[in-house]
This record gives sequence, structure tokens and C-alpha cells, in this order.
Amino acid sequence: MKKGIILALLAAGALGVITSAQADSRTRFMAANCGYCHGPDGKSRGAIPSLAGLDKAYFVQQMKDFRSGVRSGPSSTVMHHHAMGYTDEEYEKLGEWFAKIK
Amino acid sequence: MTFDRRDFLKASAGAAALGTLSACASNGGMAKSARPKVVIVGAGFGGSTCARYLKLWDPNIEVTVIEPNDVFTSCPFSNTVLAGINQMADITMPYDYVKKAVDQWVPDKVTAIDTGKRTVTTKGGKTFAYDRLVLAGGIELMYDKVQGYDEEARKTIKHAWKASPDQTGVLRQQLEAMPDGGVFVMSVPMSPYRCPPGPYERACMVASYFKKAKPKSKIIILDGNPDIASKKGLFVAAWTKHFGYGTDKSMIEFRPNNMPRAVDPKKMMVGTEFDDVKGDVINVVPPMRAAAICGMAGVRDGNNGTWCTIDYRSFESKVVPNVHVLGDSALTNFPKSGSVANNTGKMCAAALVEMLNGRQPDQAPVVTNTCYSGTGQGTGFHVATVFRYDPAGDKMVAQKGGGVSKEESELEMAYMESWATNVWADTLGLPESYKFTAKG
Ligand SMILES: Cc1cc2nc3c(=O)[nH]c(=O)nc-3n(C[C@H](O)[C@H](O)[C@H](O)COP(=O)(O)OP(=O)(O)OC[C@H]3O[C@@H](n4cnc5c(N)ncnc54)[C@H](O)[C@@H]3O)c2cc1C
Ligand code: HEC
Repeated sequence: MKKGIILALLAAGALGVITSAQADSRTRFMAANCGYCHGPDGKSRGAIPSLAGLDKAYFVQQMKDFRSGVRSGPSSTVMHHHAMGYTDEEYEKLGEWFAKIK
Repeated sequence: MTFDRRDFLKASAGAAALGTLSACASNGGMAKSARPKVVIVGAGFGGSTCARYLKLWDPNIEVTVIEPNDVFTSCPFSNTVLAGINQMADITMPYDYVKKAVDQWVPDKVTAIDTGKRTVTTKGGKTFAYDRLVLAGGIELMYDKVQGYDEEARKTIKHAWKASPDQTGVLRQQLEAMPDGGVFVMSVPMSPYRCPPGPYERACMVASYFKKAKPKSKIIILDGNPDIASKKGLFVAAWTKHFGYGTDKSMIEFRPNNMPRAVDPKKMMVGTEFDDVKGDVINVVPPMRAAAICGMAGVRDGNNGTWCTIDYRSFESKVVPNVHVLGDSALTNFPKSGSVANNTGKMCAAALVEMLNGRQPDQAPVVTNTCYSGTGQGTGFHVATVFRYDPAGDKMVAQKGGGVSKEESELEMAYMESWATNVWADTLGLPESYKFTAKG
């Protein structure tokens, strides 16, 4: 419990200033939006990979690679279409979010 | 008077989404301790998702869901039933986990809505009060726009545009009973309609079945639109590769600008402006508009009174305050898909949680759509778009980088199957132990 709060504060620090509950709920919706393919809470059933528990640095790098085309062909059937629509800051926030899901 | 009623309604709907003052005021007393009441009508992709996420994100909100069906039947993958790849059971799932998540589940149909008194009444005669009403009723089919499509005709001619045993199931039986060499006549309604790629996927699925079981048979597509409305290149490529499209042996004949105007179930005929087309099995999807409940609430204000305009930040109707419209019923620049209904369910839940707690919803939401389609030949492909809200233009702007698959592939069929299980799980709250059986 205490550890959770500390982690949350650390996360808030890393992200810069969270001014209101809204900053959090914005990320919460953005992350939930990935759920129709990656499963509720990023826990997938079937061939699409899970996002829950992915290392943040790995996650952010993948998003950048989808966008730049470094990850392409059969290893990016659809993700380049999605990654190009989000900002670097949003990659960070989403990476943070999914890394925390057990 | 310089301020007419329309402007006033517009201004107040805008204010409700922008600020939260009017939201709080209209929920009088909610700030005191009373739990805010949200009533959701319809538990399809939009309504079920909205209900689950409201409870997940703010358990204090009292959520009531009103839905007459006792099980969820998926339109996505229903075309595979026509191909004989799946049975109805494979696309039918329980509501148990939505029921468990919400405060009240009412197995009934809404027959009246009073947006002044903020109440909803069911066929069974029960009345429910709301602070916020969510209308997620999908579509209403307008049979009266097709001459002869009366109750009697509907026994023979199916639309299968709302999946059910009586629609999808019966259409499959008709295809099975059709002799080899028969003609299947199907139609595509005018845009905007539910699931833009759906009809062309249906042609693939039925062709796959014919190719295997009735190779002398033909499919005639009567399309009200001037051209294939979605993923044209990919569908034409699939029809060409698998079903001889473009040759004189083509199984599929595509006729654009051919809106069905009349049906005759005795002569088994569909009439368009140009001619009468005879079929052994006829599948006409009538024109459609936002669900009847949207008419009851007076929110069918857009596109000549057929669909509902909404504020993208809250999905609140632009004409009636405290009424939110989700999924297919809304007039948006999203395609009418299960993916969008699922996502707008979450968007609306996110906004309601903010508004009902006296905060402002996200003013620049980002949301995505992806529609996968199957060919019936073990392959699939997609179209994907990320939308970002532009407050200045009050528009959802498609971001650069969206698009379609390069080509059909088996890998994308595996992803399409995974998409289906994940969107069903997300919509209905199905646990990790749930066994999905649908194949692509
Ligand atoms: C053949 C076909 C294939 C498709 N394939 C795909 C696909 O591959 N991918 C995709 O993303 N989308 C697909 N779609 C589109 C998808 O099915 C719809 O976009 C989606 O169902 C819309 O969700 P909704 O919540 O708006 O409506 P629905 O899912 O139709 O839910 C509406 C609910 O409201 C209830 N309701 C209606 N009136 C009342 C009332 N008076 N009182 C109480 N309850 C009421 C209904 O019983 C129903 O449960 C397909 C559609 C078709 C027809
Ligand atoms: C249309 C379905 C779909 C949607 C929506 C979607 N993804 Fe993906 N995602 C995939 C698929 C499929 C892959 C595998 C790579 C590929 O083929 O594109 C993938 C892979 C990934 C990976 C790499 C995982 C790994 O283990 O290497 C990340 C990270 C990712 N997605 C993040 C996201 C985020 C964040 C969102 C929401 C903003 C999202 N995805 C939305 C389908 C989707």
C-alpha cells in the first residue's frame, strides 16, 4: 500500500507535474482505448501481444520503431498506423501506465 | 429576441461539456452524498462497455442497464456463420459479467423517455429516473423505405444486419437449402450505415461457401453507393484472387448505384431504379437510422433527422442536455463499427466520471478505430485510423499515418481472431478463463 503510493509519487515526478486528477484519467482512457485489440488491462487473449507489465523503455522504443518504420513488415502489420497518431509524451505516459499493470 | 431556441440549446449543451457548472446544477443535490444515477439503454458494444468502465472508474456512480436480450450476439464474425465457418453459438456470449458489474440490470425494452422529467419507462411499465442518460441502442431499420418489405416479406427476406438466430441463422439455412447454380442477391445500404466493410466481407464469406459447396452459384451485389465504400483495393484483390472477379467466370457481380427500392418475396425479386433482379436467396438491408430510443428522446437531429449529433468530449447530445448517445446511433466522422462503439463507450464513461465529480472532461481526447475483415479463405486485412479532437473546428481529425493493410494475410487473420476475443472480453467483462470458440 505504502509502496504503491511512493511508486505513484515517483511516477508523477518522472512525468512532470500532474496538475489535476484529469491528467491521470486522460492516460487511463488512452490506455483503455488500446484494450479492444490488446485486451482489457492490456492482457490479451490470442495472437496479439499483451501490453501489461512491459518494460517502459522497451515499450517506448517499440512505439518509436513502429512510427519510424524500423519495426515493419510482418512485425508491424497494424501498429505503425496507430503509433503515428500519438506523441512522444503520450508514448511515455502509456509506457508508464502499462509497466505498472501486473 | 436575438437568441432562438436552437442557439440556446446549443449554447447550453456546449456549456455542459466545457464547464461542469451546468452539469452540477442539473444534477442538483448530487454533490451532497446522493449517488449520481446513470441509466444506460442498450447493452451492445457501446452500452455494455460504458457500463463496465463507469463502475470500474467510479464505483460510486449508480449504474442501471436496460436491455431486452438475455444474451449478447455479435455482428462482428456473424458473416462467418453465413460461410459455415462458425455456428451461432460461437458468436453468442453471456451478459453475466456485465450484470454482476452494474447496480441494476433490467431485462426489458424502453418504450418512452421524458427528457424534461428525466425518466425512462419500459414496456413492463417500470419507470427509472436519471441524472445522465446514455442511449446505446444501435440502429433502427427503416423497412418502409423499401416497397413490399412488410411483415410477411420479412419471413422470407432477411437483412442479417442485426445478428440473431432468426436473421443470421435463417439466412445461413437459406444458403444451405439453395441449389447449386442458384443466385444470391444481397444489398448495400447508402452511407452512412453500420459497418462500411461488412457487405463486401459478406460477399467474400458467401462466395467461400459457394466455392466449396455450390461452385456454379452466383452473387449479385446491389450497392446503393457509387462505389465500394470501404477497403476497395483489398476487397477487389480478394474477389479477384479467390473468386474469379474480373473474368467471365466471376462468382461475384458488383452493381453500384443500385439501391433496392422494392422486394417481392413471392416472385423472389428485388426492384431497383433500373431493373428487377431475381434471386434464389435474397438479403436486403433496408436504409437505417439511429435507434428508436433516440427518436423517443428527441435527439435524432442530424443528417435530415436520422442520426444524433454529439459533443465529442462527452458524447452528450447537442440538442438535449443530460442525454448521451453512443455507438452507431451517433453522427460522427468515425465509421459505425463495434470497435468505435466499444471505444466511445469508454470515452463517454471517462467524461461522465469527470462531469459527475465536478471536473472537466478531457478537452482533446484521442481515440482510434480499426476494422478487420476476413476473406473466408483464412486471410484477413484491416483499416486503422487515429482521431484527435480539434476544439476549434469541433471535429475529430484523422491523424496522418492511418491506412489499410498492404495485402491480405494469414497473420492478420490470427490478429483479427485475437481482436474479436479481446473486444468481446473488454465489452462483456469475460474472465481470462472464458473459452472463445469463433474462428476466422
Ligand atoms: C455483418 C456485420 C459485420 C460486422 N463486423 C464488424 C467488425 O468486424 N468489426 C467491427 O468493429 N464492427 C463490425 N460490425 C459493426 C458492429 O456490429 C456495430 O457497429 C456495433 O454493434 C454497434 O454497437 P452499438 O452499441 O451502437 O449497437 P448494438 O451493438 O447493436 O447494441 C444495441 C443494443 O441496444 C439494445 N436496444 C435497442 N433498442 C432498445 C430499447 N428500446 N430498449 C432497450 N434496449 C434496446 C439492443 O437490444 C442491443 O443490444 C459489423 C456489423 C454487421 C452487421
Ligand atoms: C488493431 C489492433 C491494435 C490496436 C488498436 C493497438 N494495437 Fe498494439 N499491437 C497490435 C498488433 C497486431 C501488434 C503486433 C505488431 C503488429 O503486427 O503491428 C501490436 C504490438 C504492439 C506493441 C509491441 C509489443 C511487443 O511485445 O513488442 C506495443 C508496444 C503496442 N502494440 C502498443 C499499443 C498501444 C499503446 C496501443 C493503444 C494506443 C495499441 N498498441 C493499439 C494490435 C493493436
